[in-house]
Amino acid sequence: MACSATAQIIQPLSINSARSVDNSDACTKTLSPSSFLGSTPRINKKLFAVNKSISPLARRPTTVFAVSSDVVKEKKLKSNSSLSNLLITKKEGLELYEDMYLGRAFEDMCAQMYYRGKMFGFVHLYNGQEAVSTGFIKLLKKEDYVVSTYRDHVHSLSKGVPAREVMSELFGKTTGCCRGQGGSMHMFSKEHNVLGGFAFIGEGIPVATGAAFTSKYKREVLKEDCDEVALAFFGDGTCNNGQFFECLNMAALWKLPIVFVVENNLWAIGMSHVRATSDPQIWKKGPAFGMPGIHVDGMDVLKVREVAKEAIDRARRGEGPTLVECETYRFRGHSLADPDELRDPAEKAHYATRDPITALKKYMAENKLVSEAELKAIDKKIDELVEDAVEFADKSPVPARSQLLENVFADPRGFGIGPNGKYRCEDPKFTEGTAQV
Amino acid sequence: MLRILGKKLGATGFTALPAGLALRSYSSSAKQMTIREALKSALDEEMAADQSVFLMGEEVGEYQGAYKISKGLLQKYGPERVVDTPITESGFTGIGVGAAFYGLRPVVEFMTFNFAMQAMDQIINSASKTNYMSSGNISMPIVFRGPNGAAAGVGAQHSQCYAAWYGSCPGLKVLIPYSSEDARGLLKAAIRDPDPVVFLENELLYGEAFPISAEVLDSGFCIPIGKAKIEREGKHVTITAFSKMVGFSLKAAEILAKDGIDAEVINLRSIRPLDRSTINASVRKTNRLVTVEEGFPQHGVGAEICASIVEDSFGYLDAPIERITGADVPLPYAANLERMALPQVEDIIRAAKRACYRSLPMAATA
Repeated sequence: MACSATAQIIQPLSINSARSVDNSDACTKTLSPSSFLGSTPRINKKLFAVNKSISPLARRPTTVFAVSSDVVKEKKLKSNSSLSNLLITKKEGLELYEDMYLGRAFEDMCAQMYYRGKMFGFVHLYNGQEAVSTGFIKLLKKEDYVVSTYRDHVHSLSKGVPAREVMSELFGKTTGCCRGQGGSMHMFSKEHNVLGGFAFIGEGIPVATGAAFTSKYKREVLKEDCDEVALAFFGDGTCNNGQFFECLNMAALWKLPIVFVVENNLWAIGMSHVRATSDPQIWKKGPAFGMPGIHVDGMDVLKVREVAKEAIDRARRGEGPTLVECETYRFRGHSLADPDELRDPAEKAHYATRDPITALKKYMAENKLVSEAELKAIDKKIDELVEDAVEFADKSPVPARSQLLENVFADPRGFGIGPNGKYRCEDPKFTEGTAQV
Repeated sequence: MLRILGKKLGATGFTALPAGLALRSYSSSAKQMTIREALKSALDEEMAADQSVFLMGEEVGEYQGAYKISKGLLQKYGPERVVDTPITESGFTGIGVGAAFYGLRPVVEFMTFNFAMQAMDQIINSASKTNYMSSGNISMPIVFRGPNGAAAGVGAQHSQCYAAWYGSCPGLKVLIPYSSEDARGLLKAAIRDPDPVVFLENELLYGEAFPISAEVLDSGFCIPIGKAKIEREGKHVTITAFSKMVGFSLKAAEILAKDGIDAEVINLRSIRPLDRSTINASVRKTNRLVTVEEGFPQHGVGAEICASIVEDSFGYLDAPIERITGADVPLPYAANLERMALPQVEDIIRAAKRACYRSLPMAATA
């Protein structure tokens, strides 16, 4: 296998392989014992165990499964625990906690604002998946790129876009990060290198691959000192889409500095991952294209961080892409308009007990890293920050009429020549904006 | 969004009544049906009548339809005929095309036609061109349906209108209903049609209820493809529109009537083939034309209609043709900008008055 020499992936946990499979269920037959243990020896992949949901609802049994591997109780790393037993320092711990809590508080506030009519359209919330965003993005430099999907509020926040700007963008105000022209699904920031925010799934992956291409090009052709890495975030539904496979191929072929992060939350709107995918183990698709594929528990920020560190370092060293499957869960529906009827309440309850924020808190408390008071202080600070963001967004003005025709082109002469023979954009009345032809 | 008043203005064909008359006066045949029910009942009946018709798309089965159009169909017909697909537009559209090649009659649902751009190759190259390339050996009785055009605040990538894009392709039929009668009749006609049909619905209209007659409820009810409908007869200016804009045009006509301008509103129903004869006949009667659409202005449906009128009825025109379209920008998210970027009733009124050389209100002289 092409990637064997480079697969130095750290496995944070030993595998808990105890599970029971319901034999009557055709879909979980693929997850039978033999297929799990058949890992190629050179690639250390963490294999996940599957537990059939116990809840006997009238729904088809294929729609639910849950990971049984233990989360917070394991504290040690197998190999890389060089100096200390702990995975993080206090400072890092507080940073991670603050970022995850910001993501959570912000999304909860979004839900409130939506139901009050301040936000509209499609809003997709990230509750429950914070560990993935924080685990990965907090390891990046400012110049590294992040490309996301429509569930992009928290990715933007983790990358450093101020909460005020994100909230204003959601309200459709002119102080938003895209001046109100993008909306919830289209968060862009040149300063923080957030390349979007895409409504179509799979659309962002080629864009991220292109950003990685640029990084490599700058290094090799333009001879700049550039070791920027691109991260592409996308979901389980996207892993059946053609663009995903095309990019896996090219990234591995050209050894691009990119990490493909799959946020496998088991559901694509109402379509369960096992119902839509012939082989639900997404990490396997990496080795098929010649890159390491890793599966990690996405509800545990420390595990995600360890895997992310290795994957990002690999990319920075120029060894090529990695596919990381983070098994996570979204606590809310697909969007605020989704009634979320198809997901089993037992499944939701199970994942609620594995809330990444609570898990991190517990870890830090057990290891006496932080005190309760410090965490409370962070909570208060973030709550105030989010409140302030809402007030700011509320008070901000709506876009001016003249903004309608701005930014269609970088060179506004693209609007052509007007009836008086001069470029339309030179007419001072042009940007007053009309909707009439 | 805006309340569509179309249902009060004679969508069943009572077009000559004064606009202020309420629905009650002809309610004996006026059962109400939403577009959603109309589409569902059409699908249901066609699937029951013909075993080879099946529905395929994202969330059409267990989720009961992304917009609940196919609610209950999975329970009735089973997963072999109501197929939930993974998120692979290009793939499942191709599968639909292949199925149609081999004798089935698929109905492929796109969650929105924006997503159908990922399947453009299959729709245009495989579906629309095959009958021609194979010289009639392989025909393609497939229907591509889904919401098209702008919804409320969903941003640039979810809001484009594709009527003009599909309307320019030979080999495709493009239908675009407005009322429940249109939705039911045209979808049935589309499913029965032996050629690829692109069926453009509108998300904001799904919940709108329209009055329908008993004839529409009959399971054999079909509307001929390629005929436009005159929703409201008038003498001073012709307004052509499709989809949600028909509702706006009817509202505008009501307001114009108070100023003495009697507008004739044509619901195109079929973008391809375009009913040029109805439009031309109407313009020859009124001598003025306003075309209304939600899509982008350049190379839009309105442009084609203008060209058609200029070619066939130039001598009958008393004023330049007015086009009302969406703004020439990707649709912005901010609510006030979005409102500015889409045609509103006031824009239609203003254009109609301009066409009548009546920027200031005056008495009618026609």
